[in-house]
Amino acid sequence: MSANFYYGIEVFLNGMMAGVLYSLVALGFVLIFKASGIFNYAQGVMALFAALTLVGFQNGQIPFSHLINAIFGTNIHHFGWHLPALFAIILTLMVMILFAYLVEKYILKHLVNQEPIILFMATIGLAYFMEGFGDLMWGADIKKLDVGLPQGGNTWLEEKTAFLGGPDFYGFYLDNLDIWATAFAGLLVVSLVLFSQYTKTGRALRAVADDHQAALSVGISLRAIWVIVWSIAGFVALVAGIMWGSKSGVQFSLSLIALKALPVLMLGGFTSIPGAIVGGLIIGIGEKMFEFLIGVPFLGGATENWFAYMLALLFLVFRPQGLFGEKIIERV
Amino acid sequence: MLYREAGDFKTSYAKDQQTFPIALDRWGYFLTIAVAVLVVPFILNDYWSNAVVLPFLIYAIAAIGLNILIGYCGQVSLGSGGFMAVGAYASYKLMTAFPELNIVFVVILSGGITALVGMLFGLPSLRIKGFYLAVATLAAQFFLVWLFNKVPWFYNYSASGQISAPERSLFGFAVTGANAHPATSYLFCLGFVFVMAWAARNMTRGANGRKWMAIRDMDIAAEIIGVDPLKAKLTAFGVSSFYIGISGALLFSVYLGAAEVGEAFGIEKSFLILFMVIIGGLGSMFGSFAGAAFMILMPVLLKNIMVGQMDWPTDLASHFQFVIVGGLIIIFLIVEPHGLAQLWRLTKEKLRLWPFPH
Repeated sequence: MSANFYYGIEVFLNGMMAGVLYSLVALGFVLIFKASGIFNYAQGVMALFAALTLVGFQNGQIPFSHLINAIFGTNIHHFGWHLPALFAIILTLMVMILFAYLVEKYILKHLVNQEPIILFMATIGLAYFMEGFGDLMWGADIKKLDVGLPQGGNTWLEEKTAFLGGPDFYGFYLDNLDIWATAFAGLLVVSLVLFSQYTKTGRALRAVADDHQAALSVGISLRAIWVIVWSIAGFVALVAGIMWGSKSGVQFSLSLIALKALPVLMLGGFTSIPGAIVGGLIIGIGEKMFEFLIGVPFLGGATENWFAYMLALLFLVFRPQGLFGEKIIERV
Repeated sequence: MLYREAGDFKTSYAKDQQTFPIALDRWGYFLTIAVAVLVVPFILNDYWSNAVVLPFLIYAIAAIGLNILIGYCGQVSLGSGGFMAVGAYASYKLMTAFPELNIVFVVILSGGITALVGMLFGLPSLRIKGFYLAVATLAAQFFLVWLFNKVPWFYNYSASGQISAPERSLFGFAVTGANAHPATSYLFCLGFVFVMAWAARNMTRGANGRKWMAIRDMDIAAEIIGVDPLKAKLTAFGVSSFYIGISGALLFSVYLGAAEVGEAFGIEKSFLILFMVIIGGLGSMFGSFAGAAFMILMPVLLKNIMVGQMDWPTDLASHFQFVIVGGLIIIFLIVEPHGLAQLWRLTKEKLRLWPFPH
């Protein structure tokens, strides 16, 4: 076997791990879409905001210090303490739950029964708002996020697999962080499935997803469900934010992962949790392999930006509801 | 008292079907045009032209285009930035390949090319609807931007990867390039805006517009009464892309002068135009203008207040701008989901009864 073949396998494995991270973001979309029929464009910005808040808590930054300094002419920036990672994560989670409550109270409540496009627009507005708000609160500079996850390449795997190829092959290079992210994503998915199948709240969530009015009529509070769903989406966003943030630093481009997750949704279907996972894997592997086999040799590279969309687009023409989506039935 | 139709008797079909049936509206319309043509060019300076007036006119065309697609035909598109890039690069290639070609034809031809590209990307709309379509049009956005970035033929193999507009003139006055006077650029764009808005208004009142609206309201019912969804959707995509392409060509050649595709025609442009359409009002010509004016004027105003009056650092002001734009969009959608056009309609209803509302 040539080294190139093993290199292809390495690309495949890396694509799989990137795919898991995409599905992590896509999962947040699916949860909200199922429960409230809202396509939440702000999911990516939520991940950014969660990561910013986490870094801010960890480093003991004073919120809005930039603004306060500009108005009062003071010069404050840090409280001067460092919180342990776990404590900061719990605090951030509380912020995300508060955020979910506020979104329900001030936005969703007033937009009940509007057309889906209006709700979608509202979440774009929310994305803009949060992006500015996050920057105002914690500053717009690129931050380093470290919650104690191992970084760098996995040397164990590299040494153990080096014998496979010829003298040019040094073993599979996999990022430790990616491996951890995959493990966490898997854990998250399993716990979400268990939660929605075996708890009372989970059953209520599924009832709301099936039929809003029927759920209301058996006494499920829609508003409480929405707060819960947005909180869970906030939690998923936090996990995605930690993973992506540790990988490439906490910065504005983090919010663009939402755009990466959209083709995943199209492929997997907007309403299916397994769809989000499988779709993410297909997109992750597909775009890395396409770049490796066709993009770099023939098209000049950087095909990753659009490949996922094109794949999803072609796929949709043949199966409009996605892989696992509910069949769209129209009645006149 | 002033604004009402009492005593304004229609004696022919033509009069009954005119765009502005109420006399005061008609006079307001003529007055606006007169001011725009006869007064504004003489008082226009560089700052106002570049910061407010030119972008307003150019984005108004794009907003009309997107409004035809979303507001009249009900097909959501997030690819407007990509289509504007097609218009811009088409105009650049035409200008450099055929230096003799009149700039007016260059702009119109760019619109035509964009229309073809738009129809191509509109094909999936026959199979997919709603959000799926919106996300599918994002494919156009990313693919087109990548294409203009990666294929050097589109930017004539220039080292920087930028395109810059050569000087072209109309009736002896420079329209594009560094020597163009603000008033000439303004009048050039105004001409396009006037003709295109007039055409769009009449198109949406005619057979095509009615077909689009039938598709928007319920596609299956429309098909049953004999509207061909293939034709209706593709014409909507074509016409809409034509408008957006012309706007892109004008944005590049007249307003920016030089452009780099990822920066000038990124996804933010798609959202900007979408915001204009939604805030202005879906399915309304007036709304397209109002939305464009709102989205162009508000950042200028905010910047003037925060940086100019309160001496804040510019980065802080730009963060605040995000917060305010986002907040305003949410508030707008909650208070009046049908946009500025609906507010204007309500005001007119009130005015007709004023001062005796009962």
